[in-house]
Amino acid sequence: MPRSFVTIDGNEAAAYVAHKTNEVIAIYPITPSSPMGEWSDQWSSEGKPNIWGAVPTVVEMQSEGGAAGAVHGSLQAGALTTTFTSAQGLLLMIPNMYKIAGELTSTVFHVAARSLAAHALSIFGDHQDVMACRATGWAMLASNSVQEVMDMALIAQAATLEARVPIVHFFDGFRTSHEVAKVEQLTVEDMKAMLPDELIRAHRERAMTPDRPVLRGTAQNPDVYFQAREAVNKYYLAAPAIVQKAMDRFAEIVGRRYRLFDYVGAPDAERVIILMGSAAETAQETVEFLVERGEKVGLLKVRLFRPFSIDHFLQALPATVRRIAVLDRTKEPGSAGEPLYQDVLTALIEGQAAGKAPFAEMPKVIGGRYGLSSKEFTPAMVKGVLDELKKDSPKNHFTVGIVDDVTGTSIDYDPSFSTEDDKTIRCLFYGLGADGTVGANKNSVKIIGEETSFWAQGYFVYDSKKSGSITISHLRFGPKPIRSTYLISRANFVACHQWSFLERIDMLKWAVPGGTFLLNSPYGPEEVWDHLPRTVQKEILEKQLKFYVIDAYSVARETGMGSRINTIMQTCFFAISGVLPREEAIEQIKKAIVKTYGRRGEAVVQKNFAAVDKTLERLYEVKVPGRITASKDLRPPVPPEAPEFVRNVLGKIIEGNGDSLPVSAFPVDGTFPTATAMWEKRNIALEIPVWDEKLCIQCGKCVLVCPHATIRAKIYDPKYLEGAPPTFKHAPARWKDFKDLAYTLQVAPEDCTGCALCVEACPVKDKAQPKRKAINMEPQEPLREPEAANWDFFFRLPEFDRNKLNQTQVKDLQILQPLFEFSGACSGCGETPYVKLLTQLFGDRALIANATGCSSIYGGNLPTTPYTVNPEGRGPTWNNSLFEDNAEFGFGMRLALDQQARYAAELLRQLAPQIGENLVSALLSADQSTEPGIFEQRARVAELKKKVQELLPKANGQSLLLRDLLAVADSLVKKSVWIVGGDGWAYDIGYGGLDHVLASGRDVNILVLDTEVYSNTGGQCSKATPRAAVAKFAAGGKPAAKKDLALMAVNYGNVYVARVAMGASDMQTVKAFLEAEKWNGPSLIIAYSHCIAHGYDMRYGLEQQKLAVQTGHWPLFRYNPALAAEGKNPFQLDSKAPSLPLEKYIYNETRYTMLVHSKPEDARRLLAEAQADVMNRWRIYEQMAAMPGAPVEAIQRGN
Amino acid sequence: MPVDLTTTYLGLKLRSPLVASSSPLCKEIGNILRLEDAGASAVVLHSLFEEQIQLESGELDRFLSETAESYSEAASYFPELGSYNLGPEPYLEHLRKTKESVDIPVIGSLNGISTGGWIRYAQMMEQAGADALELNIYFLPTDLELTSQKIEDTYCDLVSHVKASVRIPVSVKLGPFFTAFGNFAMRLDSAGADGLVLFNRFYQPDFDIENLEVVPNLVLSDSDELRLRLHWVALLYNRIRPDLAITGGVHTAEDVVKGIMAGARCTMMTSALLRHGIPYLEKVEEDLIDWMEEHEYESISQMRGSMSAQSVAEPAAFERANYMKVLSSYTLKPAPR
Repeated sequence: MPRSFVTIDGNEAAAYVAHKTNEVIAIYPITPSSPMGEWSDQWSSEGKPNIWGAVPTVVEMQSEGGAAGAVHGSLQAGALTTTFTSAQGLLLMIPNMYKIAGELTSTVFHVAARSLAAHALSIFGDHQDVMACRATGWAMLASNSVQEVMDMALIAQAATLEARVPIVHFFDGFRTSHEVAKVEQLTVEDMKAMLPDELIRAHRERAMTPDRPVLRGTAQNPDVYFQAREAVNKYYLAAPAIVQKAMDRFAEIVGRRYRLFDYVGAPDAERVIILMGSAAETAQETVEFLVERGEKVGLLKVRLFRPFSIDHFLQALPATVRRIAVLDRTKEPGSAGEPLYQDVLTALIEGQAAGKAPFAEMPKVIGGRYGLSSKEFTPAMVKGVLDELKKDSPKNHFTVGIVDDVTGTSIDYDPSFSTEDDKTIRCLFYGLGADGTVGANKNSVKIIGEETSFWAQGYFVYDSKKSGSITISHLRFGPKPIRSTYLISRANFVACHQWSFLERIDMLKWAVPGGTFLLNSPYGPEEVWDHLPRTVQKEILEKQLKFYVIDAYSVARETGMGSRINTIMQTCFFAISGVLPREEAIEQIKKAIVKTYGRRGEAVVQKNFAAVDKTLERLYEVKVPGRITASKDLRPPVPPEAPEFVRNVLGKIIEGNGDSLPVSAFPVDGTFPTATAMWEKRNIALEIPVWDEKLCIQCGKCVLVCPHATIRAKIYDPKYLEGAPPTFKHAPARWKDFKDLAYTLQVAPEDCTGCALCVEACPVKDKAQPKRKAINMEPQEPLREPEAANWDFFFRLPEFDRNKLNQTQVKDLQILQPLFEFSGACSGCGETPYVKLLTQLFGDRALIANATGCSSIYGGNLPTTPYTVNPEGRGPTWNNSLFEDNAEFGFGMRLALDQQARYAAELLRQLAPQIGENLVSALLSADQSTEPGIFEQRARVAELKKKVQELLPKANGQSLLLRDLLAVADSLVKKSVWIVGGDGWAYDIGYGGLDHVLASGRDVNILVLDTEVYSNTGGQCSKATPRAAVAKFAAGGKPAAKKDLALMAVNYGNVYVARVAMGASDMQTVKAFLEAEKWNGPSLIIAYSHCIAHGYDMRYGLEQQKLAVQTGHWPLFRYNPALAAEGKNPFQLDSKAPSLPLEKYIYNETRYTMLVHSKPEDARRLLAEAQADVMNRWRIYEQMAAMPGAPVEAIQRGN
Repeated sequence: MPVDLTTTYLGLKLRSPLVASSSPLCKEIGNILRLEDAGASAVVLHSLFEEQIQLESGELDRFLSETAESYSEAASYFPELGSYNLGPEPYLEHLRKTKESVDIPVIGSLNGISTGGWIRYAQMMEQAGADALELNIYFLPTDLELTSQKIEDTYCDLVSHVKASVRIPVSVKLGPFFTAFGNFAMRLDSAGADGLVLFNRFYQPDFDIENLEVVPNLVLSDSDELRLRLHWVALLYNRIRPDLAITGGVHTAEDVVKGIMAGARCTMMTSALLRHGIPYLEKVEEDLIDWMEEHEYESISQMRGSMSAQSVAEPAAFERANYMKVLSSYTLKPAPR
C-alpha cells in the first residue's frame, strides 16, 4: 500500500503508531500530551483496530500513578501496553518505571516533554521531566520533528520488544507535540514488517499465567539484591545495537535512515553542537546555512540518549572536531553540569583513555542551557553558540536565549541573523480565541499540505487568559522541507483578525518590506487609514506593505456565522496571498468546510459556503495615503501610576516583550506581589452593563454573580461626591439604617468581559418596557473613557465599615470588597463567583492552597494575578503546590498556623508579667468566632507588638523569647485556610489526600468547584461527570453515575458538608460559606459551576443552575455537625423535591445533546438511568433530612 | 347491515373518517400502533421542522466551535463523535419504521422555511414511504411591509413547487387568517393542492403579568373551535377540487358527524386523544356508529356535504346576515336571585 502524506501534529503522529501497535492504553490527561490519549480513545470508540485486527482498550485512570500501575499490570499479564504523559505526570510514573525496567518489560511510553513545576508551573516544553527519569533504567529516544515522532514511535516499539528494555520516546511539548506538519504516514504493512510475530509471542510468553506460574516482585536482602540488580547489564549493553538495528530495518522498509547519533554538517568540522529534540531541526538549518558559506561547523543529533553508547557516539563525530558545545534543554541546579553535557564529557574522556576517540587532541567542551519552557531557540542563537566556540575562552555552563545579568551565564548573539529561505512563504495571524482563527489556519495548513506539493507547517501560540485570549498562528509553506522550529519573525503576510489588537500589539514589526497586511476592520477602505494607530501607519508606509481590509464581522452577521470569522478570514488569506490559484483555493476551502462541518449538518455547511462567497465581494485593497495622519498610537501596557514592578516587569510581559526581561527582573523564589490584575486593562468586552439608578432596587445580585468582580457597589457619605466625574451615577441608599448615604453601582468598563450574567441575575424590569432591566448591556467603545473615569472615582471612594453590615444578606454582601478581581477566567465563568465570595467574606485572613487546574491558572498565571488587598493591605495569600496534593498542602498550612498559635500562647504565658496580665489574658481568651471578635484580636495583637517592641531594648535575658513572640504574634489572630480546586482534583487524583484531610478533624475549609469534567485540560471525564454526559474518554456518554462526594464526606459525621449552587439559591450558598468557616473542623463545600465544557450559553448559567436543582440533579443541602451537638438533625435539605424531569435540564447542554444526536438509543437509556439516579438519591436525602437529631455524645468535634 | 364508515382522502381509501392529526403523540411508534388498534384510519405524523434541523445543527456547531482552539491546554472541550443525526434522517427513519409497523396510510407532515428545504424534505418523505404529504405552512407575517398578495403568492408557489417534485398526494394545512380565504383556497387548488386541512391552531402566547414575561401557552382545543372549521368547509365544499379535512375542535362523534355533513372527507383529532387517551378513539367510533344507526344513515358518503352551503335550505345562514341575527338575539341571562 503506498504511503500518503498527511498534515498532523506530533501528538497525533505518536498516537497513530501507539494505537496501531498496542492492545491496552491506560492514560490520564495532562498538557501537552492529553491529545494522544484523546486520539486513542476516539479511534477505539470508532472501532479502529490495531495492526492485529483488535480494537485497543483505552482506559482513563485517576492519576498518572494509577495509569502507570495499570500499564504495569497489563504488561505483566501479557498485553502490549502503552501510555502517554508529560511533566508531573511522568514523575508520578517513576516508581512504576523502576519496576517495569527492573522486570525487563517491553513497552514504550510516549512523552510530550514539558517543564516541571519548581518556582512556578509551566505547561510548555523542555526536557526536565524526561531527564528526571534517567535513573529508572529506561531507554530514552528523542524525536525532533513530527515526521520523526511517527518514525521513532515505531522504531521504539520494535526495539523494546527485542531489547526488553522499556523506552521513553520523547519529543518537545508544544513545539513538536502541537506543531502541525506535512508528514508521510506509515502504513499497517510498515508496522507489521517492523514488528515480527516471534517478538510479540515472546512478550506474551513472559506474561504471568496460572498455567505456567511464576513469581515476581520478591523482597531481596543484602546477600543477593546487588548481584540480582547487576543481572540486567547485558540487556543494556545490547540495547543500543538493537535500536540501531531497528533503525536500519526501518530504513530498508520506509527509506528514512536514522542513527543513534546523527551527524550533519561539514565533514571536516572543527566546531560542533550536540543536542537533542526539536532544537536539532533549527540547528541543522543553521549549520547547513553556515556550511554553504564555508564555515567548518557541524551538529550531532542525539537520538538514543539512554543507554548512552560511547562507541556509537565517538564514531559519529568527525576526527577534525576541536570545540564542542553541548546544549541541554533542562536545568539541574547544583549539578556539575546538565545531563547530556556530563554524558558527552564522560564519553570523550573514556574514549580518549581507551584510544577509541578519533581526535588528535581532546576537544574543548562547554555545556549550556537553552529553551526552558519553550523559550525560543533560533538560528541566531545557534550561531551565537558556534561563535562562542571560536573564542579563546568560551563560556562554560552558559545560557543562551536569555539575558542573565545576575550570574552572567548568558552568551551574546546577533538577533538579526536569519536563515529563513526566501522560497518559504511565512504568515502570521493574530486572532481571538473564540473567533476560530486557529482552526481555520489548521485547515489551511491541511489544504496546502495535502493538496499541493508544498511542505507546510503550522504552530500556534496562545496567551495565558481563558477569556478574550489572543492567538498567534505561525504558518510556513514552501517547496523545501521545513526545519524551522522557531517562531516567525520575518513575515510575508500578517493578518490582524481583531481591530482592537491594533492598539495593543505592534504586529507589523514582524512584516518584511513589501509584505501584505490583512485587517478585519469595521472601517471601509476609504476611511480605515485615519483610524490606524501611528505606529501601524508608519510601518505600512516604511515597509510599503500591501494593505487589505474586510469587515469580517458584518459578513459573518449577514451569513449567519455569528461571531465566527474563521472561514471569512481564511478566504481572504487565500484570495490575496497567492499560495494557491484563487479558484482552486476556494474549491479547496469548500471541500475543507464539508469535511470539517459536514457532520454537524447541511445548514452549517451552507452558511460557511455563503460566507466564502460573500467574502470575495467585500475584500478591498486600501489605497495607502502617502503620509501619517494618526492622532493616537499604541496604548501603554499599564498606566504610568502602576507600581514599579508592574510597570517594569509585568508591563513588559503584557506588551509581549517578556523575552527581553533579564534574570535580575525576577524574584528568586517565585514570590510575586498580589493586586496586579487591576493594572492590566484588556478591554475585551464588546458590550458592558450600564446601571439604571432609577430602576435599581439595590439588591446586589448582579454584584454577587459577576465572575470578574467588575460590577461593584458602595455606600458612602454623599459628601464624597464632590469632584465626581460628570457622568458618575448615584442614588440614595435603600437601606433602612443608612438612609442618608449614597449608593453607586459601578462597572469597570475595561475589565468587564461582557458575559451579561449580571443582567440575567437582575430581578427588576422597567414597567413600561419590560425588556429593560436595572442594568442593561450597551456597546463598550463609546462608554469606555467616561466609565473608566467613573470607575477610577468609584474605586477611590472609601470602603464601608464591614462591622455595620449583615454578612448573611446578599444585599449587604455587595458592599464587601472582593479581594479577587479581573481574573483571566472564561467570560461568564461559573467558578469564580464562589472564589470571589470567599474573598469578600474571609479574604483578609485567608491562606489559599489551590490545586492545579482552571482555578490555579486564572488564579496565578502571569502576567497579572487577580488576588488583591484591602485598604489595610490585607488579602488572601495564595499558593499552588501540585494537582494531586492540594488537600495535604492546605492541611500543612493549618498545622503550621496551629503550631505557631500554640507557641505564641506559650510565650504569652511565659512573658505575661512583662507584657501585662490583662492583655495576655484578653489575647488568650479572645472569642474570634465573629468578624468583630477577629478585628478586636487584631487590635490586641497590634498592642502586643507595640509592647514587645518597647520591651526589647531592655529585655536582657528574655530578648530571644520576645523576638520569637514578635515573629509568631500574628498567629494569635484567627486565620482561615481554604483548600480550593476542581472536581478532577477532589474526585480523582487528589481524593486520597482529600479523604485523609477530612478524616483529620483539623480546621480547614475545602471548596470544590465542580464543573463535572476536567475543564482545564479540555473536557475529560472525571468521577464527577454525570451519567449520560459526553466527555472525552466517555464519548458514548458516561455509563456510571456521578460519585456523591458530599454524601461520602457526610459519613464522617464530624465534617461540615454543603452542596451549593449560587444560581439556585444565593442565600444558601452564603450560609454554607459562613457555617463552613465557622465550624472548627474540616468543611467541604461542593459548588455547582457551570462551564464552557458543558456546551451552554454561559449568559444563562444561573438559570441552568436553577434547573439543575429543580430537576434534582443537584440537590442543595447542608450537613452541619454543630447542629448535632445541639441535639438537632445536622442534615438540612435546602431544595425541594425534583419538580421537573431531568431532561429539562440536561438537554439544554451540548454535552448531553450530542449523544442524542449521535446515539439516540443510548441517550434514551442513559437518560432513564440518570433520572433513576436522581430519584434514588433524593429518597436517601429525604430520609436523612427526616431523621431526628443525633445524640450529642456521638459527635466528635474537630481538634 | 352495518353502517359504512369508509371514506377517501387524498385518493387514499380510509376505513373511517377518524384520522389521527399531526401531534407529538405520533413521535412514538408505540402510540401509532395503539392509534391503529383504536381505529384511526390514517395517521399524520408530527411535523418535520426545517427550522429545528437548522437550529439544532447551528447550536451544535456553535458550542463545539466557540470554545475550541482558544486556549493552549484545551484545543477542544468535547470528543469528536463520528456522526450526528442532525438532518431529517431521524424523522425519515421514524417514517420508514412506522410504515413497516402499521397497515393504515401514513401521512408525513412538513414545515419548511426555504423553498429548497420544502422540496428536498418532501422528496425524502416520499422516498421513505409516506402515502401522502401534509404541508404544515406555519408562517406569521410579522413584517409590516409584507402584503397579503405576496404571502398568498408564496404559499401557492410553494405548493406548486412541491407538487412538481413528488408523485404522492399533497395536502396543505392552513391557518384561518386570510382576507379572502375562499379565493385563496381556489388559488391553492390551481397550484395543485390535493387537499386542504382546516385549520391549524396557532399556539398563542400568554402574558405572565407578575414577571412581565411572554410565556408559551398550550391549551387543548374544545368542540367550540369546530365551528370556524365547519363554516369554511361548508362554504368550500364542492366548489373547489381539493379534498377537505377538518382539524381542531373534533372531540365527539357529533363533531365528526358535523364535519362530514359540512363536507369534510375526514376529521382529524389530537386534543381529545391527549385529554382522554388513545382508547377514546374507539368510543368516538362506537358513538358514531350508534348515531348513524339511530339516525338511519347508511354511510359516511351519504351524509358528506349534506349541511354544506350548497345543500342547506338557507345558505344565507353561512353569510353575514346570520352574524347580525346572532348578535341581536344575544341577551344576558337574568342574574341569579
